[in-house]
Amino acid sequence: MRKKVIFRGIGLPLLLLAPQLAVTIVFFLWPAGAAIWQSVLQEDPWGLSSQFVGLRNFQEVLADPAWRTAAWNTLIFSVSVAGSAMSVALFLAVQADKSIRGANVYKTLLIWPYAVAPAVAAVLWLFLFHPSIGLIGRALNAAGILWDYKLNGAQAMLLVIIAAAWKQVSYNFIFFLAGLQSIPKSVLEAAAIDGARPTRRFWTVVFPLLSPTTFFLLVVNLVYAFFDTFGVIHALTGGGPGKATETLIYKVYVEGVQNTNLGSSAAQSVILMVFVIALTAVQFRFIERKVHY
Amino acid sequence: MATLELSGIRKSFGATKVLHGIDLTVPDGEMIVIVGASGCGKSTLLRIVAGLEAPTEGTVRIGGREVTALEPADRDIAMVFQNYALYPHMTVAQNMAYGLKIRGLPKAEIARRVGETAELLGISALLDRRPRQLSGGQRQRVAMGRAIVREPKLFLFDEPLSNLDAKLRVQMRAEIRRLQRRLGVTSLFVTHDQTEAMTLGDRLVVMHAGHAAQVATPMEVWARPADTYVAGFIGSPAMNFLEGRLAEGGHAVALRAGPVLRFADGPRPGPEGRRLTIGIRPEHVVRDGENGLDLALDLVEPLGSETVLHGRLPGGEALTAKLLGAAPAAGGSLKVAIPPAELHIFDAETGRRLDPRD
Amino acid sequence: MSVALEEATPAARLQDDARLAAATRRRQQRERWMTHLWLLLGVLIFAFPIWITLVGSTHDTATIGRGDVPLLPGSHGLENYTAAFQTGGSGRYRSSPAGLMLWNSAVMAMCIAVGKIAISLLSAYAVVFFSFPGRMLAFWTIFITLMLPVEVRIIPTYQVIVALDLFNSFAGLTIPLIASATATLLFRQFFLTIPDEYVEAAKIDGAGPLRFFRDILLPLSVTNIAALFVILFIYGWNQYLWPLLIVNDRSMETIVVGLAKMIGSGDTQNEWNVIMATAVLALLPPVLVVLVMQRWFVKGLTETEK
Repeated sequence: MRKKVIFRGIGLPLLLLAPQLAVTIVFFLWPAGAAIWQSVLQEDPWGLSSQFVGLRNFQEVLADPAWRTAAWNTLIFSVSVAGSAMSVALFLAVQADKSIRGANVYKTLLIWPYAVAPAVAAVLWLFLFHPSIGLIGRALNAAGILWDYKLNGAQAMLLVIIAAAWKQVSYNFIFFLAGLQSIPKSVLEAAAIDGARPTRRFWTVVFPLLSPTTFFLLVVNLVYAFFDTFGVIHALTGGGPGKATETLIYKVYVEGVQNTNLGSSAAQSVILMVFVIALTAVQFRFIERKVHY
Repeated sequence: MATLELSGIRKSFGATKVLHGIDLTVPDGEMIVIVGASGCGKSTLLRIVAGLEAPTEGTVRIGGREVTALEPADRDIAMVFQNYALYPHMTVAQNMAYGLKIRGLPKAEIARRVGETAELLGISALLDRRPRQLSGGQRQRVAMGRAIVREPKLFLFDEPLSNLDAKLRVQMRAEIRRLQRRLGVTSLFVTHDQTEAMTLGDRLVVMHAGHAAQVATPMEVWARPADTYVAGFIGSPAMNFLEGRLAEGGHAVALRAGPVLRFADGPRPGPEGRRLTIGIRPEHVVRDGENGLDLALDLVEPLGSETVLHGRLPGGEALTAKLLGAAPAAGGSLKVAIPPAELHIFDAETGRRLDPRD
Repeated sequence: MSVALEEATPAARLQDDARLAAATRRRQQRERWMTHLWLLLGVLIFAFPIWITLVGSTHDTATIGRGDVPLLPGSHGLENYTAAFQTGGSGRYRSSPAGLMLWNSAVMAMCIAVGKIAISLLSAYAVVFFSFPGRMLAFWTIFITLMLPVEVRIIPTYQVIVALDLFNSFAGLTIPLIASATATLLFRQFFLTIPDEYVEAAKIDGAGPLRFFRDILLPLSVTNIAALFVILFIYGWNQYLWPLLIVNDRSMETIVVGLAKMIGSGDTQNEWNVIMATAVLALLPPVLVVLVMQRWFVKGLTETEK
């Protein structure tokens, strides 16, 4: 799309674009290119020279059981976070959409958790679930459930899921609410007159009409769970206990910082890159096709 | 098929009173049109009948059942919306079948009804399309089809023709009338367009500021409007209103413009000099070369077979006349007369019609 | 559907209707209560962790270390916050003073927000209002960055930072984060809706492109700028992975990273009350920004995702 009426000139626009292009090239394209390049190289043990090895790094990574565990963790984590954050948000959005007194106050109070950093959210939930000083942690132990997320992998996973989802519900809530409010009221009234009770109205009319929003949020939630939740894991469990909560992004960080195998680390980054690009591409295509009913 | 009875319907939104006590009885099979300007409360009234709003006071009875507290789904009604309100994600056939599926009708029955109704409305070829692929007129027909298949006790129409272009509107108007007569379902039709009201309704309810100003047949509303609002609302160009005072012991009116006109149908009550508003429709003003009033012409609109003249009478009051044939140009003047037989007499303060004393 | 009703006697029908009416009334009332209940529950669940933390930050270390988790505020609030603010506590993993960290976070967030907005305004302007060879190429180059969140390119970008000697600097903290495409796309979308007549009128009045930008386009974009500012400020403030990598100088630590470091391995000898105070300080500024600028915030979110 472009405008019909424009200014003439080449120098000025290029000058205006220069800052963004410069940063993009230096900090996006160059590193991305470097990652791709590094992923097909293998360094010798002393880091002195590198050798082109094609896709061998990728093969090794995909076959590595540690990587597979991390991939599995990431899958569980993302699906749980996305699923719980979206269903809770949808439910609350449906309630908030009904015209009751104080609806705006409720909305304000449900939106602000978005502003909390994932890492800070993790810390807050840590305060609650710490086995010795946390309100819920102590209560669980007192009730006979052995609760210590520093020792129990499944409990650690549960905790990071809660902390990550807690924050994301606000984001989903805002979008679901907007989606609900974009459904013409008269369509719902027509359904009511046709004989549909509220539950049936929701599943046969509201939910289908909400599907562009739902799909969009699914993609965003998955990307969030994959990447933005690094802070949650780092602050809460450090990937532990025993790698039980190590996700793919966490693994990349840990190994990259330890700087042992650049090729492998780069290969892992590239795999993640491919995943994000695929998700974004799918999102754009789907939204383009089904933007209007 | 059933009657509709509204008793004492009042509605307030917070402190704002929107309906001030509406009573209405609609017999079986009648098409009753609620007409009025924006904000008069007509849509609110319709929504109360539908169950989409609850009245602050009053009762709604459909087919003898008291439905005031019941939800729309339990009232056995169908509604056609102004913006059609079709389910965007369903095909035309699914749109029409939705209500029937909910009521648990067997598939064969649903298919039969949908097929017959589509045939009736001429939309059989569209059954597999989605609303976004249809034109405005087609969508309107699907909306009506959705209402018809339900075979309800009452049809509700909420300004269904307002979103259509002028030509289509005239066409659909005739179709709705035909269909309603054929199906014989009691119908409530809301519109702001007085032409639609006049052509569609068996009876009209003219609404003004939350009150039902008059409930009568179209001809009655046109020939004997109950107050100045109704008189000015129905008929185009609008009725002229002139000031006058009761004279000759109640048998005549002395117009501010000059002449004294004797009533053709009897004296009106009230003291001598009582202030009156006199109504005369533009099409009833006649030329009177000898004894007429001087109408100074401001604007002349030649329409071919007729001419509409806007001018001023002696004394300054405006008068619009619709005369056959040609007329002099603006800036000139014409002698006109006001036939007493066509006068509408209203009280100047209340605006209510004054009928003969005896 | 109406068949069943017609079979019943009028008297029975009347009774049925009355029962239905009463049931409807009851159900509608119950549904209203349930809606309030669910929403209240939601609000409480979301507020609960904050409340506990807030309460915890007003008690002394011993109370919390003991495991006595209080539900109501205590009396040590002032000293805890002062300790956090000025000294970062005295626990095993003491961090920099919160005051310093807040400052660092604020500077970083502001730089990122302002920088991103400024750059994106210029780029969107160039792409929409000018025609030049390479225009589409430039646009797609910028667009690609949508698909590359910083987490995906951390190691190579880190190497670039080291190569450019921007380690431990505000420049290194902020510059890599200011060029992603969301803001540019938002402004571009907005600029496309500006009627052509504005540009034509400006040209007739003799205004050049820069004047047009400053005197006409910018004032029109104020709402969008405000909306984006909220989103980007939060984004910048809450950065975690990048500051973690780029900064190891204690005096440049941001509060979000500093807070996580204070936890250490989460053992009970931590000065929990001071940590909780730091946590509250860490989340307060972005939450306040959201609450105060809520309308812009919602607009910013929904617009940037189109």
